[in-house]
Amino acid sequence: MKYTISILVENQPGVLYKVSGLFARRGFNIDSLAVGETEDSTISRITIVVNGDEHIVEQVEKQLNKVIQVIKVRVLEPESFYSCYLSLIKVSSNAQQRAEIMKIAELMRAQIVDVATDCLTLQFTDSTERTETLISLLKPYGIKEIVRAGALAIEKGSAIARRKGS
Amino acid sequence: MISGAEIMVKCLENEGVSYIFGYPGAAICPFYDCITRTKIKHVLVRQEQNAAHIASGYARASTKPGVCVATSGPGATNLITGIATAYMDSIPLIAITGQVNSWLLGRDVFQEADITGACQPFIKHSYLVKNAADLPRVFKEAFHIATTGRPGPVLIDVPTDIQLQEVEAFNYPAKADIIGYKPRTQGHPIQIKKALQAIKDAERPIICCGGGVVLAGARDQMVEFAKNSGIPVAATMMGIGVMPMDSPYYLGMIGSHGRSSANKAMSEADLVILCGARVGDRAVAAPESLAEKARIIHIDIDPAEIGKNMTAHIPIVGDIRLVLGTLAEKVENTVPQEWVEHVFSLKEKYPPRGEAREDFVEPRVFIRDLSKMMQEDAILVADVGENQIWAARNFNVKEGRFLTSGGLGTMGYSVPAAIGAKIAKPRRQVVAVCGDGSFQMCMCELGTLIQNDVPVKIIIMENNRLGMVREFQDRLYGCRHIGTVLENGNPDFVKLADSYGIEAARAVNNAQAVELARKMLDSKKAFILVCSVDPETPSI
Repeated sequence: MKYTISILVENQPGVLYKVSGLFARRGFNIDSLAVGETEDSTISRITIVVNGDEHIVEQVEKQLNKVIQVIKVRVLEPESFYSCYLSLIKVSSNAQQRAEIMKIAELMRAQIVDVATDCLTLQFTDSTERTETLISLLKPYGIKEIVRAGALAIEKGSAIARRKGS
Repeated sequence: MISGAEIMVKCLENEGVSYIFGYPGAAICPFYDCITRTKIKHVLVRQEQNAAHIASGYARASTKPGVCVATSGPGATNLITGIATAYMDSIPLIAITGQVNSWLLGRDVFQEADITGACQPFIKHSYLVKNAADLPRVFKEAFHIATTGRPGPVLIDVPTDIQLQEVEAFNYPAKADIIGYKPRTQGHPIQIKKALQAIKDAERPIICCGGGVVLAGARDQMVEFAKNSGIPVAATMMGIGVMPMDSPYYLGMIGSHGRSSANKAMSEADLVILCGARVGDRAVAAPESLAEKARIIHIDIDPAEIGKNMTAHIPIVGDIRLVLGTLAEKVENTVPQEWVEHVFSLKEKYPPRGEAREDFVEPRVFIRDLSKMMQEDAILVADVGENQIWAARNFNVKEGRFLTSGGLGTMGYSVPAAIGAKIAKPRRQVVAVCGDGSFQMCMCELGTLIQNDVPVKIIIMENNRLGMVREFQDRLYGCRHIGTVLENGNPDFVKLADSYGIEAARAVNNAQAVELARKMLDSKKAFILVCSVDPETPSI
């Protein structure tokens, strides 16, 4: 099963190494990883998506809590959060194809961020499923390069994963 | 103005450190230079790994964390085994390392090693200090982290230029405030209530006492809890010494090398109260099948231990001293008498093994004799291997301590740890028991011992074998012995001791061993007793 883990950490060097090390130690492959500053610049949020069983995820959660610079760990409940992936897709296109690709982009609500004589670059932010759909639609034109960032996740409603007392 | 190195020394003074154990090198020289102007005593070791072991023995025998120091590069990497050993047994340790100048970090210059990175999987926390002004906060936090919650080693890596950097003034913070680190101490009252009910409902309860009880200083509470509840107590190797061996509630050590009576009692129980034990594979081979048969109450200060190796039906996260104190106060003796009689009849059914010999020293008999001769509060440090099992199963800890590397199983731990323990408790008898294999992993520390006049007693069980591995080869690898024979490679240990000016003698039978042990214990100085042991003597 896929788990999305949201971790608040002190914004210091070496923290990501410690956090990812806890997964590596258990032979756990990280599917996706995203790190960024929070509303407080001294604190960063790490969002990790992993495939694993409940026991291992529970162990990792407890071990993460032991890391001194980790402030808060939340394994997000399925359906309780919204998540999205950012992708940049460079697709081949000649002058005739350009209009077709632009139509696909419009339908899928992807943005065209760069145009060249022989290719177009699309920026797309959505779920993994819709990203896969877009990729399959673009494939016939010839995909030159895909760059995908890790998942970002935020809890639905007014729930917030932040440190206690703040 | 004050330098980083001076600040480091002042921090140690503020933490009440009286000894540091270390080995100098270029990158840590500014710090060493400042030790000349403090009352803190420096003990020069012969290899950095042993600095960590000495600090570990010191920490375990005293109530203070042990401090070890090494230089950058190889000095720091030599510390690693000692740090990992301390981590596995949750020993509070502060490791200070020198590092190359901060502007050279990452360039693979002479004696550079990424030590904070290398230690990451087996250290509680580490710091690479990039500004001398951070040093007071870093030291305050390091001591706080090492000694609170589940104790453990903390590393402070300080580049040479930071040691030399001058800052305005020294102000030591009164307390450490780390947002992500707030260990829980009180057990949850509802969980404690549930535990008390489970004890009341149990027909065949047993307590399993681990190293956490020792670390929490909860010996009195454990004895009280056993007495008030009437529940029999078994111990893991790390929990040896909490219950006096001759206590009417004590069953002995569990585990692959434990007492059959204790293991049998554990497997028949319907309620197991785990206290500060992580139930590693050598303690309980099949924890899940045990948890299927019995209800498990698991008391530990580290929430990550709950459910790690064994399902816990009633987890209690908290300081064992406080939790056991509460339990001892509230518990009633509701244990069916036939269960107690049954488990203690098991204890009699499996008496200690071995008989005194005239051709060799029978180590199990000798350890039992030795423990009768030793003072009530003596500290015994066992190494790793057959010698460890002989000591663990046969030494009778009364008011004293039993120290060993239980988690990592680091050979060569005993002599340095005994030196540390003796420095911490100079008035107590401190005896190290090791094999000829493990002794040779740390025998360079005889230099430290004699130079600093630390009167530790060392017993070498010489069987010319790496006996424990050989037992494995006998049992699992068709008696094909490879790499486990030391014959024709051992020095004459008596002569070796003599060359250091340490008194030593060899015993070739039990009567002689007892006689020489008397002499050893009466001596005011260090003493090495070499015992000729039959290679065929089993560990159990």
